[in-house]
Amino acid sequence: MDKRKTENINPQVNWKNISPGGAITQSGSADLFKTGDWRTMIPVFKEDKCKQCLLCVPVCPDSSIPVENNKRLDFDYDHCKGCGICAKVCPFGAIDFIKDEKQEG
Amino acid sequence: MGIRDRLSGNEAIANAMKQINPDVMPAFPITPSTEIPQYFSQFVANGEVDTEFVTVESEHSAMSACIGSEAAGARTITATSSAGLALMHEVLYVAASSRLPITLACVNRALTGPININADHGDSMGARDSGWIQIYSENNQEAYDNFIQAFRIGEHPDVQLPVMVCQDGFITSHGVENIELIEAEKVKGFVGDYCPQNYMLNPNETIAHGPYDSPVYYMEHKRQQLEAMKNAKEVILSIGKEFGEMSGRFYEFFESYKLEDAEVAIVVLNSTAGTAKDVVDQMRAEGKKAGLLKLRIFRPFPGEEIAEALKNVKTVAIMDRHEGFSTIGGPVFSEVRTALYDLPNPPKTISYVYGLGGRDVRTIHIESIYNELLAIKNGKDQGEAYRYLGVRE
Repeated sequence: MDKRKTENINPQVNWKNISPGGAITQSGSADLFKTGDWRTMIPVFKEDKCKQCLLCVPVCPDSSIPVENNKRLDFDYDHCKGCGICAKVCPFGAIDFIKDEKQEG
Repeated sequence: MGIRDRLSGNEAIANAMKQINPDVMPAFPITPSTEIPQYFSQFVANGEVDTEFVTVESEHSAMSACIGSEAAGARTITATSSAGLALMHEVLYVAASSRLPITLACVNRALTGPININADHGDSMGARDSGWIQIYSENNQEAYDNFIQAFRIGEHPDVQLPVMVCQDGFITSHGVENIELIEAEKVKGFVGDYCPQNYMLNPNETIAHGPYDSPVYYMEHKRQQLEAMKNAKEVILSIGKEFGEMSGRFYEFFESYKLEDAEVAIVVLNSTAGTAKDVVDQMRAEGKKAGLLKLRIFRPFPGEEIAEALKNVKTVAIMDRHEGFSTIGGPVFSEVRTALYDLPNPPKTISYVYGLGGRDVRTIHIESIYNELLAIKNGKDQGEAYRYLGVRE
């Protein structure tokens, strides 16, 4: 196993096989990791109020608003950090920003 | 045959640096290591090396620049002392955990409080848990020899760790002694080219250094880093042997001086070992079985080997040129004593804190320790095992 390959790094990897020095030798590898688990606030997409203006998409610092065929989809909660910029920028009140009530465990 | 010269410890290190001709040297001046970047910058100005010399605004920046440079794939060196090493403290850990084999010349000096510029091991002892390999040098010759070996040790694929090569401030760094330099071509051949497996200037590979490590990964990385430090032991021995075959000067984890049949012994590192050897000779001439263990490698700590070397000694004094305020003895004492604990009949051990802030350590002081050890061996009550050498009571 190539320990420098980021795709081999997961919560099961042992110390012998983990990346030396933590160096990442692969571009865009954040996609492989759930980095949204320390979120305390969460944006909620209200599709009925959304006019698909897409103002929220470019302001998201974590590229967590996927777009398909010129329309935004629901949030990528695996990577959303809950910063709330999208909710602030939305002119139509289509994004609620509320406390993230996580399931324990 | 080598080149005979007379150089100070700082000149010896600067000469080793010149012969190695590394890629980058970020450095900030601090007494007593100032001369090292000073001499080296002259080599740069004279075109004797083609190293990129980076002037920085602090030691924190010097080490940070070293990290960036080494990660980029450049062989990188620096030098510092005392508060300079303390200011690097945070980033020393980054260098080690990122597995970047930077080489640092540490000229040991007391840490301020009260202000003092003289020989003391408080600076490097404070960095003992940072993950750097630490090599200590008795004199200018050893500083030079150790610095050359440091690259091969740190850059070895099984190790990939930064190395600091220590020598005593002023006593070694400014004291001019005879030295045998190795021909530059031989040094270059021994050290070889730096060939990192991954580096940022490689156009065929993307790489990011120093990402956030959540609790799910941090511990595995630390355990892997420990393995590198363990691996360093074998590498240190093989490089010490190979260096000896080239120069005639062989190196191991420590030097055993008249230790084979010794009844009493001192464990000490850096320049005081030279003073102690003189006393051992004198003791031996008087028929007293005194020996010395001069510790060269403090990280990784060669505990098993030390225990083996001291197993037949009756009483051992372990000397620290540093006060760690544990109230049970200095760091060298604590680790050596721990190493001896599993012996069936461990020697009695006494901790001596000595030479703080450049306090002179003379043969009469060392002699008093050996005589005390002999008295304890002959039945005198050990008394206080945590002592100060030469302090006014």
